[in-house]
Amino acid sequence: MSKFKKKKSGELPPVSTAALPDIVFMLLFFFMTVTVFKKDDYKVAQKLPFADQIQKLDKTDPVIYIYAGKPSERYQKDVGTQAKIQLNDKFADVSEIKDYWFNTLNNDIGQEFRNVAITALKVDNKTNMGLVADIKQKLREINALKINYTTVKGPFSKNFEK
Amino acid sequence: MGRRNVPEVNAGSMADIAFLLLIFFLVTTTFEEDAGITRKLPPIPPEGVTPPIIKQKNLFTVLVNKNNDLLVEEEVMELKDLRAAAIDFLDNGGGTNENGEPCTYCKGKKNPDSSDHPNKAIISVRNDRETEYGTFLSVQNELVGAYNFLRNREAERLYGKNLTFTKMDSIAKHPQTTDEDLIEDLKAKMKVIKDMYPLKISEAETSN
Repeated sequence: MSKFKKKKSGELPPVSTAALPDIVFMLLFFFMTVTVFKKDDYKVAQKLPFADQIQKLDKTDPVIYIYAGKPSERYQKDVGTQAKIQLNDKFADVSEIKDYWFNTLNNDIGQEFRNVAITALKVDNKTNMGLVADIKQKLREINALKINYTTVKGPFSKNFEK
Repeated sequence: MGRRNVPEVNAGSMADIAFLLLIFFLVTTTFEEDAGITRKLPPIPPEGVTPPIIKQKNLFTVLVNKNNDLLVEEEVMELKDLRAAAIDFLDNGGGTNENGEPCTYCKGKKNPDSSDHPNKAIISVRNDRETEYGTFLSVQNELVGAYNFLRNREAERLYGKNLTFTKMDSIAKHPQTTDEDLIEDLKAKMKVIKDMYPLKISEAETSN
């Protein structure tokens, strides 16, 4: 019998998992803080066109969104298949754009951004330009001149794929 | 009185709960940013003001019909050739600007029948009401591409190989760029380039 016990061979001590919840919580908080929930539910088709000469819109920019496109399938029997404008989460007429623009500016963005607010046009690839021209005309009438044609990054040839 | 032992709450399942939440947020997070072609609409002209007359040679007309075909300067053109044609037109430099100065940085053909000076050159896009938005945007993309090509070329010539116009723009607009001096410097440089090739694309009222 020896005085010193021989070390047990081969057995590794188990890895402590006590810090696991901490790590997971750290990740959790990260994702909780960066998650932004989608503001509006799209009621119109939103297959945006492709372009590659684009500028990014930052989340801190004062942006007002206008959606346009063909109504999604489940709304088609109520509103038809003609391309429509969507403001907030409702279908709207071209004449409502002015009210919507000023309401959003006053309530969500702030009066002081009157001249720098960007109107982002999220228009479906297959929409007719007539509707877009109507929207642009309304925006000109209220002097909301900064617009952004929102696109997806990619070569323009993808716009013509069926 | 006997001492009561308060049993400890088992925290072993905490990790599971946290994992559940984590997976939920992982799935719902999207990092996508909005991006697109930014444009400034022309203000509505006050009544009684007649728009200035522009010489035909300084006007580059792009017509898009309802079948999404292109007519550029009265010739049918494929979309892929549009950028090169626009570059040729903008960079022609056949004459002088308003101050009577010739375009010293233009590398075009100096054709007297094409644009005088990038300052005077205007691209006019006209489309039908039935034109598809995707086509319209592709045209816009190619025209902006032509301007970016020329601006990048001049920026590289003036400020060095690695500082193109589009790069300066993205640095100056990036939210993490906090160095005010750098932003001011870039903006001043960009202004020089923008004055060399000012973006003049008119989206004319739809014709029928």
